[in-house]
Amino acid sequence: MLKNRPTLAYIVGRAGWYAVTFFVAITVNFFLPRLGDANPVDTIMAKVSEGLDATSAKAKEEAYLKEFDLVEVDPTGKVKRDAQGKPVRTSLGHQFVNYLGMSVRFDLGSSILQHPKRVSEIIKAALPWTLALQLPTIVLGWLIGNGLGALAAYRRGVFDKLMYPLALLASAVPAFCFGMLLVYVFGIRLEWFPAVGGYDDGLTPELSFAFFRSASYYYVLPFASVFSIVVGGQAIGMRSMCIYELGTDYVKYAKLLGITESKILFYMFRNAMLPQLTGLALALGTMVAGALIAEMIFSYPGLGMAVLTAIQGNDYPLISGCTLLVTVCVLCANFSVDVLVGFLDPRIRAARQTGK
Amino acid sequence: MRLLKQLLKSPFFVLGAGLFLLTLSIGLLGPSFTNVDVNTRAGLAYMPPSAKHWLGTDHMGVDMISMLVAGLRSSLYVGFLAGTVATSVGTLIGLYGGYKGGLIDDVLTVGTNLFLVIPSLIVLILLSASVENGRSLTLIALIIGCTTWTWSARAVRAQAASLRNRDHVALARINGFGTLGIVFFHIMPYLLSYIFMVFILQMAAGILSEASLSMLGLGPYDSVSLGKILNEAKTNEALTDGAWWAFAPAMVLITTIVFSLYIINTSLEGVFNPRLRK
Repeated sequence: MLKNRPTLAYIVGRAGWYAVTFFVAITVNFFLPRLGDANPVDTIMAKVSEGLDATSAKAKEEAYLKEFDLVEVDPTGKVKRDAQGKPVRTSLGHQFVNYLGMSVRFDLGSSILQHPKRVSEIIKAALPWTLALQLPTIVLGWLIGNGLGALAAYRRGVFDKLMYPLALLASAVPAFCFGMLLVYVFGIRLEWFPAVGGYDDGLTPELSFAFFRSASYYYVLPFASVFSIVVGGQAIGMRSMCIYELGTDYVKYAKLLGITESKILFYMFRNAMLPQLTGLALALGTMVAGALIAEMIFSYPGLGMAVLTAIQGNDYPLISGCTLLVTVCVLCANFSVDVLVGFLDPRIRAARQTGK
Repeated sequence: MRLLKQLLKSPFFVLGAGLFLLTLSIGLLGPSFTNVDVNTRAGLAYMPPSAKHWLGTDHMGVDMISMLVAGLRSSLYVGFLAGTVATSVGTLIGLYGGYKGGLIDDVLTVGTNLFLVIPSLIVLILLSASVENGRSLTLIALIIGCTTWTWSARAVRAQAASLRNRDHVALARINGFGTLGIVFFHIMPYLLSYIFMVFILQMAAGILSEASLSMLGLGPYDSVSLGKILNEAKTNEALTDGAWWAFAPAMVLITTIVFSLYIINTSLEGVFNPRLRK
């Protein structure tokens, strides 16, 4: 069945590959924190019993141990303890299987810092902010960056001489540096835009005009900081891609035929786009990571902020929940780009038409 | 020599190399010109620039020039070490896989692509969070090197694969050279310029990664780095206090290093790849 549908075969193949990647990512997510000397389980224990009296500390500890299936539990639901009263640990393999099961159900345990709150709840509140900031920024930045790059390659001259170093500079400024600069200049010195946060203090996230107006006001600076970097990086890539295309025979021929500039530019853009799209898939991880750190600078209520507070408080369930989710998001985005490439790549499309 | 002459003709290269040498010499020679002391309070917190403290003091009252020189040294050190590790690992895997082909190549490529897709910052966060008690600068550099090698492996593999079927490689094989002999003596010399460019970019990536980690509060416990200066400034309200000297110079330094490395890389590309030169 798949033999006659190369595009579908391609998509199924990619889906399988991403499933494997997901498994590796989740394994890494489980084992890496357990490699070092600061074992998350011990940290959780120490953290949980902080500032509590003996009985409630014990109760809380037991709740955590059971939640993550870290200890042997007897049939009556009590934690098994050895002669010294220490809980009996389950094997690492057992913990891993349990962790897999929990992750698939999107049950990430409960946070330590904000105790009774579930990690999945915290993430659910943060995710829309991160998506709203990063998705449009990366897509728009990619489109505009590529447009500028193609134009610079085609025009050369003053435009190129000006744009190229600027784009290089923009991509060299770390996202957080630019973010801090924006906060300082436009947020604190000029007071044009609010420096930190996602919306006005008195409001709650809801579908109202007042909330949206406030949120879009707060949106400007984080958007600008992430956008400029994406644009810079993409413009550089597209420029060298297009310079290569300009040297090819079809462009020379089209020029000799007197085809209009905009049409040649369109042909070139189309041909240079495919490698740029694949490039986007590869660069997504770095972009998302950079944007997460930019979020922290603006105390934007997204995942970046959640990761930061989790790291500061050694909140392991929240750290691993966030890292897992970011990985899943990046994988999903990559998969969508790959599917798009499957539809745009003439080699895969041609195979579909001839039925081979 | 001819190469150097060609490079010196490119204004980008001159600018990039000049900026990089400038930051390098500040880092290397700084301690012999000023007294670098990041442990004593030389004044009050956030003192503005003055004749005594050219760039003021930080939130603890430590002289900013001292902080910056020390931070620059650490950042350059991380860049060199992480860049070297990442380039060596990536080059080895890329060369070996690209030359060998077949199953070994497939396995290495799949492995590389796996870790290319998983954001390296995530792996860095997980690893750094787990070695909480001994996060030295060297360890951080090594961790960064071990997580950012992926795209250099990918880039080198493609180049090595294109050389695999050249005549001189076949000749070496007939003459009884082993795999490693061919990889190191008959393939790598052709890619040296390429590998050098990869190294420069990996250095920039290492410096940026360290700064990102420090911004997250996962920086080294034993040294001052540029990222740590920024993080301290951010967490200690330098922005709201208007103490621009506590963060702006560190930003300028990071950006200058990374920018100089980027333009060195593009100017090298222009020389090594004549198609881009017009």
